[in-house]
Amino acid sequence: MIRSVGRNVSRKDGAEKVDGTARYVDDLSRPGMLHARTIRSTIPCGDIARVRLDFDTTGFTIVGAGDIPGRNLVSLILEDQPCLAEARVRHAAEPVLLLAHEDRERLIGAAVTIDYRPHTPVFDPAQSPTVFKSVTIARGDLDEGFRRADVIVEGEYRTGHQEHLYIEPNGMLAVPEHGGVTVYGSLQCPYYVHKALCVLLGLPADRVRVVQAETGGGFGGKEEYPSMIAGHACLLALKSGRPVKLIYDRTEDMLATTKRHPSVVRHRTGVTRDGRLVAMDIDVLMDGGAYCTLSPVVLSRGCLHATGPYRCDHVRVNGRVVMTNTPPNGAFRGFGAPQTLFAADVHMERIAETLGIDPVRIREINALRPGDTTATGQVLGPDAAALDVLRAAVSRSDFRRKRRAWRGTHKGIGLSLFFHGAGFTGSGEVKLQSKASLELTPTGVRVLAASTDIGQGQRTVHAQIVADALGLPYDAVVVAAPDTAAVPDSGPTVASRTTMVVGGLLKRCAEEMRERLGRLTPKAYLKTHGPLVITKAYEPPPGLVWDDDTYRGSAYGAYGWACDCIEVEHDPVTSEVRPTRVTTAQEIGKAIFPLGARGQIEGGTAQGLGYALLEEVVLRDGAMANAQLTNYIVPTTLDTPPMDVVLVEKPYAHGPYGAKGVGEMPFDGVAPAVVNAIRSLGFDVRDVPATPERIMEAPPIGTGDSRLRPVAERRASARQAGLGIREARRTKRPRTTPSARARRKAVRS
Amino acid sequence: MRTALSPLTLRQPRSLAHALRLLRDEGPLTPLAGCTDVFVGLNFGTLGDRRFLNLWPLDQLRGIERRAGVLRIGALTTYTEIIASAVVGRHLPMLVAASREIGAVQVQNRGTLGGNIANGSPAGDTLPVLAAAEALVELRSADWTRKVPFTAFYTGYRVSVRRSDELVTAIEFPEVAGAQWFRKVGTRAAQSISKVVMAGVRAARPRIALGSVAPTVVRVPRTEEALAAGATIAEAQAILQEEIHPIDDIRSTASYRRRVAANLLAQFWNGSD
Amino acid sequence: MKRPAFRPIVLTVNGARTAVRVPPMKRLLDVLREDCSLTGTKEGCGEGECGACTVILDGRAVNACLIPIGQAAGARVTTIEGLKGRHRLQAAFANLGGAQCGICTPGMILAAVALGPRPTLAQVRTGLAGNICRCTGYEGIYRAIAAARTARSRKAAASSQKLDARSRTSAEGRKQPKSRLPAEAPRAKAGVPSPESRPSTVLGAALSVSKGRVPPLDRARGGPERVEGPKAPSRSRS
Repeated sequence: MIRSVGRNVSRKDGAEKVDGTARYVDDLSRPGMLHARTIRSTIPCGDIARVRLDFDTTGFTIVGAGDIPGRNLVSLILEDQPCLAEARVRHAAEPVLLLAHEDRERLIGAAVTIDYRPHTPVFDPAQSPTVFKSVTIARGDLDEGFRRADVIVEGEYRTGHQEHLYIEPNGMLAVPEHGGVTVYGSLQCPYYVHKALCVLLGLPADRVRVVQAETGGGFGGKEEYPSMIAGHACLLALKSGRPVKLIYDRTEDMLATTKRHPSVVRHRTGVTRDGRLVAMDIDVLMDGGAYCTLSPVVLSRGCLHATGPYRCDHVRVNGRVVMTNTPPNGAFRGFGAPQTLFAADVHMERIAETLGIDPVRIREINALRPGDTTATGQVLGPDAAALDVLRAAVSRSDFRRKRRAWRGTHKGIGLSLFFHGAGFTGSGEVKLQSKASLELTPTGVRVLAASTDIGQGQRTVHAQIVADALGLPYDAVVVAAPDTAAVPDSGPTVASRTTMVVGGLLKRCAEEMRERLGRLTPKAYLKTHGPLVITKAYEPPPGLVWDDDTYRGSAYGAYGWACDCIEVEHDPVTSEVRPTRVTTAQEIGKAIFPLGARGQIEGGTAQGLGYALLEEVVLRDGAMANAQLTNYIVPTTLDTPPMDVVLVEKPYAHGPYGAKGVGEMPFDGVAPAVVNAIRSLGFDVRDVPATPERIMEAPPIGTGDSRLRPVAERRASARQAGLGIREARRTKRPRTTPSARARRKAVRS
Repeated sequence: MRTALSPLTLRQPRSLAHALRLLRDEGPLTPLAGCTDVFVGLNFGTLGDRRFLNLWPLDQLRGIERRAGVLRIGALTTYTEIIASAVVGRHLPMLVAASREIGAVQVQNRGTLGGNIANGSPAGDTLPVLAAAEALVELRSADWTRKVPFTAFYTGYRVSVRRSDELVTAIEFPEVAGAQWFRKVGTRAAQSISKVVMAGVRAARPRIALGSVAPTVVRVPRTEEALAAGATIAEAQAILQEEIHPIDDIRSTASYRRRVAANLLAQFWNGSD
Repeated sequence: MKRPAFRPIVLTVNGARTAVRVPPMKRLLDVLREDCSLTGTKEGCGEGECGACTVILDGRAVNACLIPIGQAAGARVTTIEGLKGRHRLQAAFANLGGAQCGICTPGMILAAVALGPRPTLAQVRTGLAGNICRCTGYEGIYRAIAAARTARSRKAAASSQKLDARSRTSAEGRKQPKSRLPAEAPRAKAGVPSPESRPSTVLGAALSVSKGRVPPLDRARGGPERVEGPKAPSRSRS
């Protein structure tokens, strides 16, 4: 039998996607269906004084907070977000009222006026009075670390909002039936929606059914937001007794739905003269928007990646995510890690610039290695691959030669080294208690999991894993639609867990099923023994321990590792920087579906290029002012360069066939590599997006003598150059000890 | 789509003459060419027009020909047709360059030169070309034909001398003496609205026109004069700053536009591309 | 009061004469999706930016969201359904990573069809600049188009078999014939593995195209199950 894992099989859903028969939610309809519209607040903060309906309401179904049969909230982590605003609004575009009508044009014409008593909004996270969550990670003794430093480098790095821009906007079709409701939708997590609807509608679990329609992109933007829009569609469906379709147009989707958390990350780092990190003091501030949503977990992951893939004995990370009166931010590919990895690797570049050390060398010196311990005390296994990917990307891109050759020209090349923990943070997977099932069919087997294919190839990968573990052909495996009436709760399709965790569950199901089948064919087994369904629940790998209170232990089962080398060209006439080539080496344990893995890397890279150079959410009065595709700029074919991808595999012992995750990591390292390329041209850029306007205003990087100069002079010129370099206070302890010499020797080899 | 489309009427004229009569007698009617701007406005609910006139089938408004040194392009000529035209490529390459920068293939297949003019956006990419080429806009009504110099066509932000009973029917370009130059600086490499767009003719007396730096497309006569009189680039750049009035908007900043316009001027005048 | 019926507008859709009685300013996109029940053409933005609504009208790629049906009288329109799943580009997109979530795919394929049979990579980039994909980074799309291109020419098909281990993916500016199918990404030096790690396997994503032929569309064998219509919920057995 031909094995399918590791081969480029025929994608399970390829045919219908290319022939136009794949059914996305807006392609569905039901007899008697109503269309829907959401009335939203136009101010960022205030009380609702009055809602006036200035139109003929004949034939309309109208739903406000008072119509909610269950609890008026979107159930997630903190119970703070209402499904419909009642007395107060806390952000622009907050939903207030829902309308439905048979005739879409009557909906367009419905004039609703809301009178407010406005309050003063908070827009600056640094001024926010409300902290959703704080996190502290500490290791060693920071003061001791700084005492050992020869140089201290400080810096502040900023990232902005990012819009997911899935090409299919959010949408739901809610059908009242069987004493409850069935919802078809564009979504990533059917059971999140299911749980939220039970709470909102006050219905028992078996009266609510959630089915994923073919989904045109998610990237995290359809992780938690669908619970809100599904709630709206269901409220209208239940009140009217008719199916209701609610589809956002592009502008509404951009205005109202979640974005990536903006961040301000400050580093204060002690390094030895020869480039070793000895103290890392990191402050992370994220803007959560008006409600908590998933901010605590975004902050958590951000803080856990804040040191970058580097080792350091003395670390402190202080993070907090706060409220502002802007639309709530939420999950987006990378989930906090892109923000902190951006800061870490641009800061690393600045350390290299300061010390006059080659950017590859400084990373080689400090990269985490197998057997090293992370800031939370996790010992890395033999699959840790920072050096492998660094060397692969550097050699393949010819980084050093280009760096030398392009000095003083308009071409630049920049580097980033990064990593990404696969699966839920800390004890998350244990809490999720995911399940997956396999059902025997006459021709093979059916996968029953709540994982959703959102383009990344989940159906294909799960089928490959099951086929090989069962010893059946790939074509004999069918993947059931994610329908909460038919599949168990496998957890959300997020966190780069779908192959590693859910695939792992399916592999265990398949192995047991194989034993039970023995030498019987599926058909024969069913005839002799009757139906067979095997279900497995998540079990943490042995030795994986995490303490939520102290933030210590193994934060993730496995990390992927990657290195980007990105080439750019700068146009001095326009200050535009164009990426001209990406070389990337990405270690993911095992590429189950190599074409799919490559597609995730290339797609994540393109999205990262947009984040680094083009995509900016312009806020005015707390609302997105550029909520049109013409004004929110994502990369086209003419904005993306050729991409050279190297897949590296260092199998993870507890992943199916060695697989880790790949969905998010490719995004993480693009922005720092691009900015580091821009820095190699001499521009002191520390924020993204690095638009031409910002590059034009960027000061030159402090050049000149990179050797250590006398303290007083260094302080003065550092202040001038804005580099924030401070000489560490010297103690009587000699800098060169036998152990220090030995350490230096080890580092050089 | 935020406009109710069912109540909108679309008149289907049988000929150009019929169309002009309808405009005169049954207005107000909004003429529709390729719709690449009109439907964007309808989509966002920002276009209040309700009665429309379909020009698309009127082949009289198409065609590219050159006669006695004058290049005549019908108003309904699409950007794709301009790009493919050997005549335009030979005599007005800066118009081809501008057409290539508009939107992408789908928009180029439907967008028209007449539409770009009638729409009158200050960011219209062909408009600096027309200004630098000193084109003539042919306007027709049911009762007359007239030709207006393009440089006198706009009187304010999206306001032109076109009467509501007139159509832009063709654009005529006299021979352009000098090297033609065009550059658009957009928000990205395709499908972008310009931040600054400039067309120029390099000659002893240069012609320079810019878009997106004022409420309408502008020529910069004092800058042109200065260069003709032998001013240095730096001097010309300083004068340029007085003749343009860029603003901050959601796409870019006034200061960026000023610096880039100055750089484009240098690039144009130095003959470097 | 009964509204007067709209005059019929007649056009040809996927080769079939089609008459619709709808408001003349209704968008071609909505006529196709609603009145012709051809939901393969998608709406991604409504402003002519994303290209998900691309159809071929009188031989040219256009955005159906920007065309009133009243301007399409007498036009010949081809939607994704009109390719009947048999166009070599469709198989190539399905098999070579040209489609991930699939929402941009119908428009992308039609825009690619409109490029003609032998576009260079530069022509592909320019010709698809009006079709935004958020999933693929476009690389898989280029591979699919290149494969479909070489599948037509036997000479090119023979040369595409030689997956040159030294060559890179078809990169602009590299000295490569523009028509070459992107080669398998070569094995890069893994660097010096540290003694305690197992040797890492370095591989590039192999493209399973043999003999220049693009494997045909694999229709639904073992494919994802769809949920159609209101069904009585089946009991979960776990």
